Amino acid sequence: MTALIATLSRVVKAAATLLAIAVLNFFLLHAAPGDPAVVLAGEAGAADEQMIEQLRERFGLDQPFYVQLGKYVGGIVQGDLGYSFRQGAPVIDLIAERLPATLLLTLTAFVISLSCGIALGVAAAARVGKVSDSLLTTLALLFYATPLYWLALMAVLVFSVWLGWLPGFGYETVGSAYSGFARALDILKHLILPALTLGLFFMAVYMRMTRASMLEVSTADFVKTAKAKGLSGPVIRRRHILRNAILPVVTLAGLQAGQLVGGAVLTETVFAWPGIGRLMFESLAARDYNTILGVFLVSAAMVILFNIVTDIVYRIVDPRIGARS
Amino acid sequence: MKHLKATTFLIAAALAAPLAAQEAGGRLDIVVQPEPPGLMLGLVQNGPTQLVAGDIYEGLLIYNTDLEPQPGLAESWEISEDGLTYTFKLHEGVKWHDGEDFTADDVVFSADVFLRETHARLRASLAYVESVTALDPLTVEFKLKEPFGPFISVFEAATMPMIPKHIYEGTDFATNEMNATPIGTGPFKFDEWVKGSYIHLVKNEEYYIDGLPYLDEVYYRVIPDAASRAVAFETGEVDVLPGGSVENWDVPRLTEMEGVCSTGEGWEFFAPHAWMWLNNREGPTSNKLFRQAVMYAMNREFMKDVVWNGFGNVPTGPISSKTNFYSDDVTHYDYNPDKAKELLAEMGYDGEPVRILPLPYGETWQRWAEAVRQNLTEVGINVEIDSADVAGWNEKTSQWDYDMAFTYLYQYGDPALGVSRNYTADRIQKGSPWNNVEGYENPELDEKWFAAATMVSPEERQAAYEEIQKEIVDDVPVAWMLELEFPTIYRCNVKDLVTTGIGVNDGPRNAWIEK
Repeated sequence: MTALIATLSRVVKAAATLLAIAVLNFFLLHAAPGDPAVVLAGEAGAADEQMIEQLRERFGLDQPFYVQLGKYVGGIVQGDLGYSFRQGAPVIDLIAERLPATLLLTLTAFVISLSCGIALGVAAAARVGKVSDSLLTTLALLFYATPLYWLALMAVLVFSVWLGWLPGFGYETVGSAYSGFARALDILKHLILPALTLGLFFMAVYMRMTRASMLEVSTADFVKTAKAKGLSGPVIRRRHILRNAILPVVTLAGLQAGQLVGGAVLTETVFAWPGIGRLMFESLAARDYNTILGVFLVSAAMVILFNIVTDIVYRIVDPRIGARS
Repeated sequence: MKHLKATTFLIAAALAAPLAAQEAGGRLDIVVQPEPPGLMLGLVQNGPTQLVAGDIYEGLLIYNTDLEPQPGLAESWEISEDGLTYTFKLHEGVKWHDGEDFTADDVVFSADVFLRETHARLRASLAYVESVTALDPLTVEFKLKEPFGPFISVFEAATMPMIPKHIYEGTDFATNEMNATPIGTGPFKFDEWVKGSYIHLVKNEEYYIDGLPYLDEVYYRVIPDAASRAVAFETGEVDVLPGGSVENWDVPRLTEMEGVCSTGEGWEFFAPHAWMWLNNREGPTSNKLFRQAVMYAMNREFMKDVVWNGFGNVPTGPISSKTNFYSDDVTHYDYNPDKAKELLAEMGYDGEPVRILPLPYGETWQRWAEAVRQNLTEVGINVEIDSADVAGWNEKTSQWDYDMAFTYLYQYGDPALGVSRNYTADRIQKGSPWNNVEGYENPELDEKWFAAATMVSPEERQAAYEEIQKEIVDDVPVAWMLELEFPTIYRCNVKDLVTTGIGVNDGPRNAWIEK
């Protein structure tokens, strides 16, 4: 019963937070200089008053601010994210169109960075002080410090321009008419460079964190006890040290997971990946209010969702947390 | 004369088709940047839309690189002696992409109904039009209220695109569902648009000129990062980089590659002209001596060579040397810092700082603003560089919140279409960044601009515009910077890509690939 109430209050809080975020975003966006009608007219290289007024009327910008806000919030409550006048399509369609590509990219990067990061961190901690440890930490530091943008360009230069091994951009070979397995393989080829680029930074972070945390836990008394019991090194590392050392990594993974929707703008831009980050960025430049607000809202929902997921994962990894609360 | 030209063209085309060295087939990949907001050319006219939709929609006329009208959907035309009646004979057997016949009724609907409502730039020209009438299914007559010199230049595809009446009549144009799947008469049909990736057009097998187009399909590729676009060309992923799709410093590297050609042609109709708005209302820029000093202080040749890699021409005044009625019989502002200092001393410039607002269109424009700052600082002008994104730039310029602001505009072949709008006092209107933003007022000159627009004979117009250019250049209402040249870079085996005054916009119509 208490669990049910706790869950329920959680959901209500999440919904309230989401609504507050939507309203705040609306204010922020409308406070920025610029006007979608003028941008659209401006791109045409000519505009008269009639045209600007027509556009503003179509966009609903001729109405008082509170009416616009009311309409928007009213729409959201009913699950309607509004209409993109610039692109002539409902926002929900635009997002749905782009979401799969982004999720494919960010989830792949997420899995790569998390699994490799933890594995390398464990490996480095086991070899602490040795050459291989120094090598791994140096590499991690390098990936941690290199700007994503530069890394992406270099990856394209080396692997697609010089070596010609992998396609440098795009989601799939355009006009290839591949289907089934061939298409999946084609997409996979296109996925490698952007996913690695996006994943390397977090991989470095996870590795450093896992390593530090492992080293810290390994000096704890229960580890000594385990050793005294005569358990083997790998078993101690896996069952005693890692299990305890992983919590900060889970916290961080929760943060990264929150960025699954909106966190890949740069990667998507450099690799011409048709994802949602680019949709957001381009809509921002055009002041396409409804689309930006829609993307923001979906991103915010993801953050909230993954916060909840993280909490649940905590309890699975460390049952003491659930018992205490 | 006009008839003669039309006929010779047709004969040439008819002869060329069967003999053809041209090879049919193949696919062309062209970069489009940024992704267009829509493809319905009657509703959206920004650059990327024109590039893609220029293959789908057509105008009555096509303009060659000398800006002379050529047959398009109209196979011949006649202008009455008094310059008031324009009669077009339409091409026979033209069909819309959905199979309906294209007739004179569509022309009347496009010009008189659809575009009057949606097309801001054309609306200014349509104000001169008294009536548009379909005399028979293949003949259309435009009657003007008074002569309008540049009228023969308004029939280009993006200026007056032909809109299918059977789809749009009686609907709300802006929200018509067919906007997503445009129907035109052009050489290519819309097939698919994967947002964020590409737009796919396929050959119109029913095109009304036998043999055209040669290509089977065209892909417009959306690649948002300039460096990636250069790489896409290097790796052979795309075949054509339309002007302005890569940063200038990448151009020499790409054109030096084997089998790569480039051309500066295909922009004559637009003649993009870059200048800095100088705020004529307030601050130091409101003083004519200051504005002249700015012109002398800048080494515009140097900027062209360094910032623009030598592409373009330094302009002499408001009218581009590519546009009709250009004259260079004006005061020339060659680089002369001493003269600039003298002028500043004469006006008693007190060091009041001026802000420069670059155009937020990439690194080149930023560097250009920095070059200007350096030149102006050298003669003792205090300069700050302002910044804004595209929407912010639009807002600042259209609300007149600037001292000096970079911009560039198309001229559309005629001063009355693309030049006078920036200098006559009736076009001082807050809220648009494309009119007389600088706030220049010169009633005497206004009269001359208006008169020149409504003259019938080209000789008279030439004389009138020469006079205008001579006078306005002394006033320096804005600082003319560069006649921009955007080289089109393409693989040399792509032939006949740029054959008209709008270049790649309707290039795929005639283009073919040598195997």
